[in-house]
Amino acid sequence: MDQLIYATEVLLNGLMTGVMYALVALGFVLIFKASGVFNYAQGVLALFAALTLVGIQQGQIPFAHMINAMFGTHLETFGWTVPSLVAILLTAMVMVVLAFLIEKLVLQHLVGQEPIILFMATIGLAYFLEGLGDVMWGADIKTLDVGLPQGISETIEGVTADWFGYGFFIDRLDLWATAIAAALVAALVAFAQYTKQGRAMRAVADDHQAALSVGISLRFIWVMVWSIAGFVALVAGIMWGTKSGVQFSLSLIALKALPVLMLGGFTSIPGAIVGGLIIGVGEKLFEFLIGPMIGGATENWFAYVLALIFLVFRPQGLFGERIIERV
Amino acid sequence: MIYREAGDFKTGYREDGQTFPIKLDRWAYYGVLAVAFGIIPFVINDYWASAVLVPFLIYAIAAMGLNILTGYAGQVSLGTGGFMAVGAYAVYKLMTAFPDVNIVIHILLAGFVTAFVGMLFGLPSLRIKGFYLAVATLAAQFFLVWLFNKVPWFYNYSASGQITAPERTFLGEAVTGPASSAPAKYLICLGFAFVLAWLARNLTRGMLGRKWMAIRDMDIAAEIIGVNPLGAKLSAFAISSFFIGVAGALLFAVYLGAAEVGEAFGINKSFLVLFMIIIGGLGSIFGSFAGAAFLVLLPVLLKNLLVGSLGWPTDLAAHLELMIVGALIVFFLIVEPHGLARLWALAKDKLRLWPFPH
Repeated sequence: MDQLIYATEVLLNGLMTGVMYALVALGFVLIFKASGVFNYAQGVLALFAALTLVGIQQGQIPFAHMINAMFGTHLETFGWTVPSLVAILLTAMVMVVLAFLIEKLVLQHLVGQEPIILFMATIGLAYFLEGLGDVMWGADIKTLDVGLPQGISETIEGVTADWFGYGFFIDRLDLWATAIAAALVAALVAFAQYTKQGRAMRAVADDHQAALSVGISLRFIWVMVWSIAGFVALVAGIMWGTKSGVQFSLSLIALKALPVLMLGGFTSIPGAIVGGLIIGVGEKLFEFLIGPMIGGATENWFAYVLALIFLVFRPQGLFGERIIERV
Repeated sequence: MIYREAGDFKTGYREDGQTFPIKLDRWAYYGVLAVAFGIIPFVINDYWASAVLVPFLIYAIAAMGLNILTGYAGQVSLGTGGFMAVGAYAVYKLMTAFPDVNIVIHILLAGFVTAFVGMLFGLPSLRIKGFYLAVATLAAQFFLVWLFNKVPWFYNYSASGQITAPERTFLGEAVTGPASSAPAKYLICLGFAFVLAWLARNLTRGMLGRKWMAIRDMDIAAEIIGVNPLGAKLSAFAISSFFIGVAGALLFAVYLGAAEVGEAFGINKSFLVLFMIIIGGLGSIFGSFAGAAFLVLLPVLLKNLLVGSLGWPTDLAAHLELMIVGALIVFFLIVEPHGLARLWALAKDKLRLWPFPH
């Protein structure tokens, strides 16, 4: 009985992690659908966004480290702090500019290349952004605080203690993150379904040339999609950054989103959500039930192996479009 | 005038099909070999061996391995780091379990162990293709690293979780362990690189290589003309993993001496080798060497320039290096998706017509 209650707690935590995975995976799916680019840099975008947010918030001077090394000065900060909301807005603007630059400098020159070349280009982009983030804002681990509540949720602990005689440990930050991620996912789905730009985006995803012929600007859609992906990355960066500090490991959440995508199918928004939940719950439960028997820390690989086994039976993922190959 | 096929008459198919059909190329090749085997071992010092030449040769082997899989057979793999770890841990277990057997045999056996593991993880490639496969190979990367971390048998229950190479000799010279000299390390890596490059070149232009390329270009079409996809894909995984396993074994035993799996064989290693073959050129043995040389030399040069000459802090230099490598990869993909090997081929074509280009 106790075991079952613990498992329920693990399940809830897994669901909440799953929503976060779904959020990151959604950034991938949006770009993949609209431009056929499998964007490996999504995780580094999240890291970059979080670094920029902290930098702006604390009034750091960009490239201070490099300027100091070049000219022997001792610059550190502007000496002001920016309110969280303003900083978030400024960071969102930076992400839009970044999206524009990526389109202009990279993607535009790679139109019509094979998907695998585009994928490798985004790996290069990821390295570049990782280095840029470090050079701009310094590589030390930063704490991010935008005023989200943290710590154990007493309400839930109290209620569950009344019901089962055991209080569930659930972080308030996780609750908030889940709520925000769920809202964002809903907003993105609504955007794709009901707005003019969303419809144009789906048209581009469906067929580039047909979309061009009815007067949709591919370039605008791409910049827009990368901006949205940047915004999603910002939200993901805020959540994960608040939870575990802004550091390099933040960019690894992108790697976690990959099995989510494989499970859900690269082209499906519902797939990303369901896949995220399956992976989130699956890895937490596996770690809880089987982990202690085989040495723990199974979360590193469980998602991949699950996705691998799953794909052998259904190569296009849960909701992906059926792959039809012709000679 | 000088760089010509003209005047170099071939009297048999054998000569006609040789790797270097142009005389000057052949001479250059023999010249490079003569310098590599005959001169460098006598002048090499510790700095050059450990900073440049030994890592270059080891990564060239790994890059050849990945190039067989990705460049020739078209199966993108992000599991290189994991497979290198298999080679390293295999050679470690063999070295400590059978101390009397020659180290070269151990390294080869480590290659075969890796080939087997590679085939195992290659099995899904029959069903999974493209991106899905690339991500699926990440399963190998993370699972293998986790395995070597968590199962103490692999690191002989050592307290630190590290593996350390004991001293082993080859022809009376210590090649592993702290007592090994720079020429010995260099020569054993060079020997492996030379033999494996010869093997790779001849495999890829034979029947097997053509099967791989047919699968790469379009697997369904290849199947229709009679290429067995199971055999072709699994052989690509096996041979590629053999190369990568040997590289991993050399990296651990000869170059690093001691290794911790997450640090030495993490996902970054997978990307590094992938970058080497992108920059060097997919589907080219020369490209594997060029790419390895480029990415081994670039950090050394940058470090010398930024830290040595300009006096910048090391961490800043490391971050700038990331930026430069990333930007270079994007640049190469835009300007020359076929890499350094293609540039080299273009230069040679120009040279063939020089000085009368019309």
